[in-house]
Amino acid sequence: MRAPISWLAEYVELPPNVDARQVADALIRVGLEVEGVDVGAAGMSGPIVVGRVLSFVDEPQKNGKVIRWCQVDVGEDEPRGIVCGAANFAEGDLVVVSLPGSVLPGGFAISARKTYGHISDGMICSVRELGIGEDHAGILVLPPGSATPGADPLGMLGLRDAVLDVAVTTDRGYCMSIRGLAREVAAAFDRPFRDVAAPLPPVDGGAYEVHIDDPSGCDRFSAMAVAGLDPAAPTPDWMVTRLRQCGMRSISLAVDVTNYVMLETGQPLHAFDRGKLRGPIGVRRAHPGEKLITLDDVARELDPDDMVVTDDTGAVALAGVMGGAGTEIGSETTDIVLEAAHWDPASIARAVRRHNLPSEAAKRFERGVDPQIAGTALARCVQLLVEHGGARAVGGYTVVGDPVPMPVISMAGDLAERVAGMPIPREDAVRHLEAVGCWVGGGDVLEVQPPSWRPDLLVAADLVEEVVRLVGYDRLPSVLPAAAPEAGLTARQRQLRAISRAVAAAGCVEAISLPFVAPSVHDALGLAADDPRRRALRLVNPLSDDEPELRTSLLPGLLATAARNTGRGNRDLALYEIGAVFRPTGEHEPPELPGIAGRPSDAQIAALDAVLPSQPRHLAVVLCGEFERTGWWGSGRRGDWADAIELAQVAARAARTELHAVPAELAPWHPGRCAELRLNDVVIGHAGELHPRVVAALGLPERTCAAELVLDQMPVPGPAAAPSISGYPPVLLDIALVVPVAAAAGELQETLRVAAGPLLESVRLFDVYTDETRLGAGVKSLAFALRFRAPDRTLTVAEATEARDAAVAAAVRDHGAALRS
Amino acid sequence: MPSESFDPVEVAALGPDALEAAVTKALEAFAAATSLEELKAARTAHAGDRSPLALANREIGALPPAARAAAGQRVGAARGSVNKALAARQAELEAERDSRVLVEETVDVTLPTGRRPIGARHPVNTVQELLTDIFVDMGWGVAEGPEAEGSWFNFDALNTPPEHPSRDLTDTFYVGAPDSGVVLRTQTSPVQIRTMLERQPPIYIVCPGRVYRTDEVDATHSPMFHQLEGLAVDEGLTMAHLKGTLDHMARRLFGTDIKTRLRPHYFPFTEPSAEMDLVCFVCHGESVDNPERPCRTCKSEGWIEWGGCGMVDPRVLTACGIDPERYSGFAFGMGVDRTLMFRSGASDMRDLFEGDVRFTSAFGMEA
Repeated sequence: MRAPISWLAEYVELPPNVDARQVADALIRVGLEVEGVDVGAAGMSGPIVVGRVLSFVDEPQKNGKVIRWCQVDVGEDEPRGIVCGAANFAEGDLVVVSLPGSVLPGGFAISARKTYGHISDGMICSVRELGIGEDHAGILVLPPGSATPGADPLGMLGLRDAVLDVAVTTDRGYCMSIRGLAREVAAAFDRPFRDVAAPLPPVDGGAYEVHIDDPSGCDRFSAMAVAGLDPAAPTPDWMVTRLRQCGMRSISLAVDVTNYVMLETGQPLHAFDRGKLRGPIGVRRAHPGEKLITLDDVARELDPDDMVVTDDTGAVALAGVMGGAGTEIGSETTDIVLEAAHWDPASIARAVRRHNLPSEAAKRFERGVDPQIAGTALARCVQLLVEHGGARAVGGYTVVGDPVPMPVISMAGDLAERVAGMPIPREDAVRHLEAVGCWVGGGDVLEVQPPSWRPDLLVAADLVEEVVRLVGYDRLPSVLPAAAPEAGLTARQRQLRAISRAVAAAGCVEAISLPFVAPSVHDALGLAADDPRRRALRLVNPLSDDEPELRTSLLPGLLATAARNTGRGNRDLALYEIGAVFRPTGEHEPPELPGIAGRPSDAQIAALDAVLPSQPRHLAVVLCGEFERTGWWGSGRRGDWADAIELAQVAARAARTELHAVPAELAPWHPGRCAELRLNDVVIGHAGELHPRVVAALGLPERTCAAELVLDQMPVPGPAAAPSISGYPPVLLDIALVVPVAAAAGELQETLRVAAGPLLESVRLFDVYTDETRLGAGVKSLAFALRFRAPDRTLTVAEATEARDAAVAAAVRDHGAALRS
Repeated sequence: MPSESFDPVEVAALGPDALEAAVTKALEAFAAATSLEELKAARTAHAGDRSPLALANREIGALPPAARAAAGQRVGAARGSVNKALAARQAELEAERDSRVLVEETVDVTLPTGRRPIGARHPVNTVQELLTDIFVDMGWGVAEGPEAEGSWFNFDALNTPPEHPSRDLTDTFYVGAPDSGVVLRTQTSPVQIRTMLERQPPIYIVCPGRVYRTDEVDATHSPMFHQLEGLAVDEGLTMAHLKGTLDHMARRLFGTDIKTRLRPHYFPFTEPSAEMDLVCFVCHGESVDNPERPCRTCKSEGWIEWGGCGMVDPRVLTACGIDPERYSGFAFGMGVDRTLMFRSGASDMRDLFEGDVRFTSAFGMEA
């Protein structure tokens, strides 16, 4: 809502010498968002004058444009020659000319310059060039006779008057008007407010016959009428200026007056050409399939939820949103029926969305319009049409329907004080409530009736906000509440941080990817047709139609991040991400939504939760290029399948557990280089090198490796049990076992560990060796370092050897191993 | 009884002059040795098994008993001074050798490191932890909830009217179908609802997490971003407590001289509601009405919006089964990504989620 200071000043006595910036600050203090202050003529200097276009010649140019070479009277002895690119004016029109030496907003300096073969001795300005609007389609044409060439146009354009631009939140519909904003300014400065007023004729139903058939959508419909309007009567300049200051174009007197009064009072009005109405006006929901051509000349099929205004021929207006073309005011219209109705905000909001038709009227009805202002607004319209259009009022005043009166709210006199946490005397609370328009009675407990324009004030808490914001949020004391009796981070939350830090410290850089994926990524990853990761949830309204699904794995996002990095030349990468993935839990009917009058039952809450997807938290790691760098120390090492498994282990160890790797085949991994990672026999992830086809399909460097784990399945261990450390010396024994190449070293090691018994302190695989000549084909040698130690004595070599032999025997028995001597 | 093999010639070696001469020769030889190898040769010659002093020592037994003690003392003293000199020279020469070797072993410690580069945590996550820990330090709890959330939790329970524009398909991602009851949460407030449904006050929690709105990606928008919300419900909580809590958080993050401002605002779930501004961290408010020094960060307003807050609407407490007559509460929420941008001067939201390692690595393990 744009509000000229001069207009506000008609309804509030501003403190002396207050400037626009101070008015804006006052409004900000009481809670309005002032998005800008157009201080008027800002950034303009030099000779800017009214000009009259005496004549022009259209000159087509080589580039296809047509320019106008104009002779313009700017109040000097001789006309000036000016080149203009616009064509929306005629000879004799008054325009705004900025002459050489002038500066327009944005530092746009005007000089005489050669263009299109002429010396252009100035510029004819558009609304945008003057900084008073966005319209740049043509130049600004002043109303005929409104000024003389050479005069100063800035005053009549409102450029000497500052304009506030206020963003109005949905709860403050009344601020979509000069009346409402002026009241806020008055309250903020604690100055008197003068309400908009016009003499009302008696309610006699005589303006026009009206029936409301659906009071749920319209609780009041008011009308007045005029006749004998001069359709050619011009809109007065001051009104055109104010409309323009508020961002509206002048169309015709009748339309301009309804817009002007809407801006002033907040009541949207509609003018019907009385001659085109057939029979009484009705108000109802649209019939299925009913059609209406709206003022923008679009034929619209109406929805049975749409509220419409009708006559005997059917719908004549989409209520509260846009009028119909059939009863539109035309150049011949002399008799007008003026409508000021009060529509149900929710119905209007739905209609706007359905028809994608945001309008100035709808913006106000959606936020709530004062149901009691209709009469004043109508009377103001009639007054202005009489005064400026030669019309006469006819037929009195029709009012149909009874809006529900505002409720009376009980509010403890000290409630504002208790909520704010600062002293607010009862009489201050009363004064502030009255300033916003409330009627206040009662004693210790106040009885407060909010004004008709404040449908947002429903309970005592709403009134408290009114009081405290006028007291001033800047006066609130700052008090830190006492220490809270909560438990801080949970063990799971601490674990998650530990995992993230450990993986980062191990060399990985964390990424956060958007969770939106293309279904085709599952093909690129080579997932089987029945792979559960293909069962993804779909967004109704994705940002990109290419990526309508929610991720079921972190890999698509992280691999895309890897590819983006390598594309930018970051070739050696270790990336990780921790985040939720989304897995459907089956088909669900929409849940029944409980009300909010009290806590829903546990069963209702469970039903709400049942439709949610499962959202486990995953960890993914991707490795490309070198994991250890090449440098002066020698060559580096490419991140490989073992690093991918290792990084999964790093995460597990941060959770004080250990994963067990088992060979597996799963897309997108290389079938021979993929480990299934188990935790107590439960598979919680996979790691290894990616399938070469996947790597190629995603444009990743060769031998890219990856891991993915379900972190939610990590146990949250209790306190760690301290081990007892033996101070006795160890016995170190190495063994080399020859086994088939396909044998799993991890399993062999586990066999050794179990069979060696309690004296074994640790077992470590330190060498893997193949050599056809020495070992034979199809086998490998695995060398293990065994460390034995007793807790209570110096272990003898004989004891250790016995334990080692038991381990070797188990390896021979279970894995066909041969001890290599 | 005199020794039968007494030989006065040989025994002359035990005479004081002979011993002194042997000692002198030995000391000269040690001093002349310039390397450990030469010293080793000198030791063999003068302190070894075949050295004059060793031979002299062996002659002691040949002396008459009365002479043995005196001779033994002389020989012992002579050997003692030789061994001492030998040890001293040995130490000298070893020290010389050590310092020479260590010099030879000198390396260029200015060679670059980075054989195994350390990784980095995402700055949004570390700032989120930083914000969270401000409250953990005060004894608050940390609650989390699902990102794909029931619309009842995300909207209805937060007193959002059915026609509120925030529910539109143009604002909120709907999952499955428009009436599925599942949305990508647009705020972390549903976690507050879940907490209140679960237990009675006192409640002091923060809810960090990822949220979604249908904004196209540009320098200041992303369809995914992060929030930290706080909720306190207890007996006797006031707007002064809300302001005190927010001031504390601002001071912890931006220093003790940070200025904050509350402005009345509207949110469906709080009443009274406010927006919280920070004094512009770039111009510190000096750009206001100062066309000479315009500020792009705050558009010369002097303040930048940081978050929303307010007293929990009694209707929200009621919907969660908490008695609004007995308890009051406050809630607040701020953008984590935005806070990071304030703290670190990151100017483009796209950098946060494109995952370029050059961006993230700069933050290391803490933002």
